[in-house]
Amino acid sequence: MLMLEGLSKTYKTGDAALRDVSLTVPKGQIMGLIGPSGAGKSTLIRCINRLVEPTGGKVVLGDVDLVRLGKADLRRQRRRIGMIFQEYALVERLTVMENVLSGRLGYVPFWRSFLRKYPPADIQRAYQLLDRVGLMEHADKRADALSGGQRQRVGIARALAQDPELLLVDEPTASLDPKTSRQIMRLLTEICAERGLPAIVNIHDVPLAQQFMQRIVGLRAGQVVFDGTPDQLTHEALTAIYGAEDWNEMRRGDEEQTRAEADARDRMAALAR
Amino acid sequence: MTEITHYSQVWSYRTPRGRLLLWGGWVALVALFVWCWQLMTKDTIWFFVADAPRQAADIGGRMVPPRWSYMDELWGPLWDTINIATLGTLGGVIMAVPVAFLAARNTTPSALILQPVALFIIVASRSINSLIWALLLVAIIGPGLLAGIVAIALRSIGFIGKLLYEAIEETDAKQIEAIEATGASRAQVLSYGIVPQIMPTFWGITVFRWDINIRESTILGLVGAGGIGLKLQASLNTLAWSQVSVILLLILATVVLSEWVSARMRHAII
Repeated sequence: MLMLEGLSKTYKTGDAALRDVSLTVPKGQIMGLIGPSGAGKSTLIRCINRLVEPTGGKVVLGDVDLVRLGKADLRRQRRRIGMIFQEYALVERLTVMENVLSGRLGYVPFWRSFLRKYPPADIQRAYQLLDRVGLMEHADKRADALSGGQRQRVGIARALAQDPELLLVDEPTASLDPKTSRQIMRLLTEICAERGLPAIVNIHDVPLAQQFMQRIVGLRAGQVVFDGTPDQLTHEALTAIYGAEDWNEMRRGDEEQTRAEADARDRMAALAR
Repeated sequence: MTEITHYSQVWSYRTPRGRLLLWGGWVALVALFVWCWQLMTKDTIWFFVADAPRQAADIGGRMVPPRWSYMDELWGPLWDTINIATLGTLGGVIMAVPVAFLAARNTTPSALILQPVALFIIVASRSINSLIWALLLVAIIGPGLLAGIVAIALRSIGFIGKLLYEAIEETDAKQIEAIEATGASRAQVLSYGIVPQIMPTFWGITVFRWDINIRESTILGLVGAGGIGLKLQASLNTLAWSQVSVILLLILATVVLSEWVSARMRHAII
């Protein structure tokens, strides 16, 4: 279970990115975090594993307050938190297998990681995960040889290799096409369900969030302005998060775009024939 | 939409002030050129200049045909020259890598002390030419190959260090962040997050510097630091022009070969 208490972050420039955010994510819950650009979504999830240092509040994972830890303890605790990134953030010049094994870095001594001599159990687990995300035959390819969707699968496998108790997911589908986005979201939610793994997913695509999330939290200017189920995310709630806009119109636009894309695909297929 | 009804047809790339400055700049440049020309020609003895083509033809005439039999004496010094360049590059790399990591903004352990020190080492090494390093070292450790190797190594630190620390600073922060997020230690972040990203640049720089060092080490013999330059100096001193031409041709062939090797290797890496 993850508990945020009065979490705040003020950047050196004086911008308050987070103001007194309190949230509880129980075991097994997939929580979507939505909000306009600059609302503090990215800052929030980075404050949890302290890639960004919070300026106030508590981040309690299990029974450890992560905010108070020294460097060595923080590294040990980071192993419990898997992170998946917007543009995959794989080490492009390493192989898929090396990328997945890098999820074990916090567990192995330097010489093992340097010589790529990982314990057999880690290697077995890495193969298992690659099989789970459907990339078994790509294990020895370089990461930059894969497509976007495949790379994000490697990102997922790397995060899972840590044996995490929590997943932080930062805009997992922002660089992917609609179909691949849905595949990735489905994979993520399935994996979380299999393991009872809680996850916080930053996502700017509202329909996608509603389709896949069990709970949605809306952030605006660093504050929680909505917290509820996808069904409760009404016109009024969206206005509270994003400001006034014709949401039904936008949703219709979204359907239209999906239709247009399907149409374009059919025409491309016809041309290819 | 604003309520303008007539849009201007006039648009100029520079402001009037900019145009004036540009003209002023050109005038100053021409004036500088004229002044430098006068300075340069003041002490020129025009008789020698007029004589130059004849002198060049004379030396050129003495250079051909090259005395090919002299080649047998050159293989040893040539091998020395290649060794000076190769070992010097190796030594330079070994010293430059830690300096580069200390100098790079994103990897330096102390921006207050170590970074300026590392940057100073880089500048100091770059500001002194290999030939001058060799002169100093011949005086310190005596003439011979070792002085040449150390001279090349010291000169290479700055070159390799500078290009490498720039490569380190240009690494993709997202990949490093992702490795940090796994709970990796500092050393692991370096070896998984940064090293793979700079590897192609590192090999490119090293091979490029080796190629430069081959050229530089051919002249180190002039100051007694070993290699083919020693032979060149001896031949020049005895006015043995047909030997000089053999040496110059050999140097040319070596440099062409080393450039070809370096180009091929860099192509294979990148």
